[in-house]
Amino acid sequence: MSFVEYGDTIKDGDTAIVFLGHESMFPVKVQHGTVTQTKYGVIRHSTDLIGKKYGSKVTCSKGGWVFILHPTPELWTMNLPHRTQILYSTDISIITMMLELKPGSIVCESGTGSGSLSHALIRTVAPTGHLYTVEFHQQRAEKAQEEFREHGVEHLVTVTNQDVCKNGFGVSNVADAVFLDIPSPWEAIGHAKSALKAEGGRICSFSPCIEQVQRTCLTMEEYGFTEINTLEILLRVYNVRTISLQIPDLGKAAEDNSVASFDSSNPSHQGSPCANLQQGTVQFKSGVPLREVVGHTGYLTFATKS
Amino acid sequence: AMEGGPSARIREGDCAVLKRDEVFKAVSVLRRRKIIFEKQWFYLDNAIGHIYGTTFEVTSGGNLQPKQEVEETTTETKEAGTDNRNIVDDGKSQKLTHDDIKALKDKGIKGQEIVQQLIENSTTFRDKTEFAQDKYIKKKKKKYEAVITIVKPSTRILSTMYYAREPGKINHLRYDTLAQMLTLGNIHAGNKMIVMETCAGLVLGAVMERMGGYGSIIQMYPGGGPVRAATSCFGFPKPFFDNLHEFPLSKVQSLLSGTFTTETLPADPEENALVEEESNGLSEEKQTSLQETEEEPAPEAPMEINPTEEQDTMDIDAEDVEFKENKEKENKENVREKQIKQWERRKKLKEAAALLREKNADGLIVASKFHPTPLLLSLLEFVAPSRPFVVYCQYKEPLLECYTKLRERGGVINLKLSETWLRNYQVLPDRSHPKLTMSGGGGYLLSGITVILEKGKSDSSNSEALKMEEPSSKRCKLQDLPC
Repeated sequence: MSFVEYGDTIKDGDTAIVFLGHESMFPVKVQHGTVTQTKYGVIRHSTDLIGKKYGSKVTCSKGGWVFILHPTPELWTMNLPHRTQILYSTDISIITMMLELKPGSIVCESGTGSGSLSHALIRTVAPTGHLYTVEFHQQRAEKAQEEFREHGVEHLVTVTNQDVCKNGFGVSNVADAVFLDIPSPWEAIGHAKSALKAEGGRICSFSPCIEQVQRTCLTMEEYGFTEINTLEILLRVYNVRTISLQIPDLGKAAEDNSVASFDSSNPSHQGSPCANLQQGTVQFKSGVPLREVVGHTGYLTFATKS
Repeated sequence: AMEGGPSARIREGDCAVLKRDEVFKAVSVLRRRKIIFEKQWFYLDNAIGHIYGTTFEVTSGGNLQPKQEVEETTTETKEAGTDNRNIVDDGKSQKLTHDDIKALKDKGIKGQEIVQQLIENSTTFRDKTEFAQDKYIKKKKKKYEAVITIVKPSTRILSTMYYAREPGKINHLRYDTLAQMLTLGNIHAGNKMIVMETCAGLVLGAVMERMGGYGSIIQMYPGGGPVRAATSCFGFPKPFFDNLHEFPLSKVQSLLSGTFTTETLPADPEENALVEEESNGLSEEKQTSLQETEEEPAPEAPMEINPTEEQDTMDIDAEDVEFKENKEKENKENVREKQIKQWERRKKLKEAAALLREKNADGLIVASKFHPTPLLLSLLEFVAPSRPFVVYCQYKEPLLECYTKLRERGGVINLKLSETWLRNYQVLPDRSHPKLTMSGGGGYLLSGITVILEKGKSDSSNSEALKMEEPSSKRCKLQDLPC
């Protein structure tokens, strides 16, 4: 396996995702002779994992079971060890499309942070593209480098430990796209422009506060960027539920001697499996929004160098 | 490298996109060919050789001329009011008449100068606030400065263009929803993908762009052949089509049951695809609007049926028609050629069938006008375990049913029903605010991951799976009833 190439069977050294159910999962590094503890009991790598197919059900020592999944950038994003605040897949997908990334693209990114976006970028630009990622925090830069090696993608990425606002991306006139997720992106716009190819490219900056966006937009305009566009994307997830609503008692039962009159007066409900009358209730399927959702991650400002 | 694609410079024969403000139009770059876009007509001849992203001015005679960056001539001291308490709308603030403006235009005076004259002849301009002056200039520039930018096609541009111009043709799939699909589906180079779409080939094109010519795609199609009008707008290099296969939906059942043969081919895809494209634009659109009239008057339907609008966007289709007509004439002259073609089609169909039979696809993308449940229940059979799948639907209800049926079937985990909201912002000094909210209209997604389906004991494992992923129905009733 690698994060940019599917494999069928679990091998020694792979990073696999242990799926316990209902969004409960964690990554595991597969190693001969190692065991992993779960709430369903122990998983023995040598016998339970290595050689098995990805997507298999694995029975743990206490009789419970889990699924073992092939890693993807999206699963990694949900499970990675946080060293910073991270970008999630909803923002990542619009960033990837609006930066027009594809196999062969050269991308510059700063900061590397926990590498959530980095993995997605590498996946998209592989096998012929490259990611230049800049992180000013030495420990984070080293940790990211280590993860890229473990995930079989180190040939597609260069991690540089420096301050992007002072020293730029370490490359010039090579990038098709630049992404900024730093506290003062306006200080890096000049460097971003020189990192982009002479014939042009795309830029994106992620900021939580509108004041940051304001300064970034002004600086982008100063540097001659066009098509400056700020947007925000929000994810709404729905739980699929069967809901029962009680039929109010209006005293009709006494008069009609049948509650079923409600059902028969609604021919549209007939034949639908989830709308039957049952002891004075009506059932239906609904997509129920989660009680609490993410209301804001950050503003995304896109622009073109042409 | 395979992903080469179109060069940085505009070349004859390229597929390009015209852009004016937020309006896009896909065209093919041909010499001496009149283009009508945003009420202007011009020829693209002079654009050839320039870098993509260049902005042109339309001169008299319909020629394009690269726009010179002009320094704003604001040498005069800026004068502005502070509020509008003394500005009265008497309809007489502009001293130039309609005839005066028309005369200026007829003289071939540049748009920029007309705007300057309008400002000078506006009695209220100086009293307007600085912000109002800015807004006034922007509005006039938009009207009188005839500029267009020529950009390279991409998923970003084409999906934005289709959503704005012809949402009915792509089942109202908004571009941020398409972006989610590509990410949730882990689309990347080297995949073996199954794509089932009725979005004019836009989703197929987006998948092809992300795969960069590496790997293979099997497009499942309804009717006589796949529609790829939008795919052709991407201008992909030829090698991208080497590993693009197609397989008729009507043969899926026989392939799964093992009775598949290539004896009865579906009708000729070329002729059929053509018919279908035309009907997509008209009759089908009418059908949809008829279905919808019960609840809402489907406001977009008349716009889409509008024949000038049709012609306007679909220049490429028109060429295809010409091209295919010529081709057909040749075919009649040579029957043998037709036989060879049929043999080739049969061979391609066999290849696609063989690829599907391996049942090891790396993902499934569905975005169609059909009910998603039967598509999913059948097509998931062709997907390997531990691979993502994504289904788009314009409506939420069919996905609720699909979710339930997939749970009953088993072999899938991490099912998620979602929607994205997109908000655009105006960012200007002291004037920042959200532009427009786009909710609802972008469609819904159901995504998940396949796992090995254990047949036989599916009943017990399913109830377990339900317990594992969903709170028990009793508990949810308690939660939901009092609300």
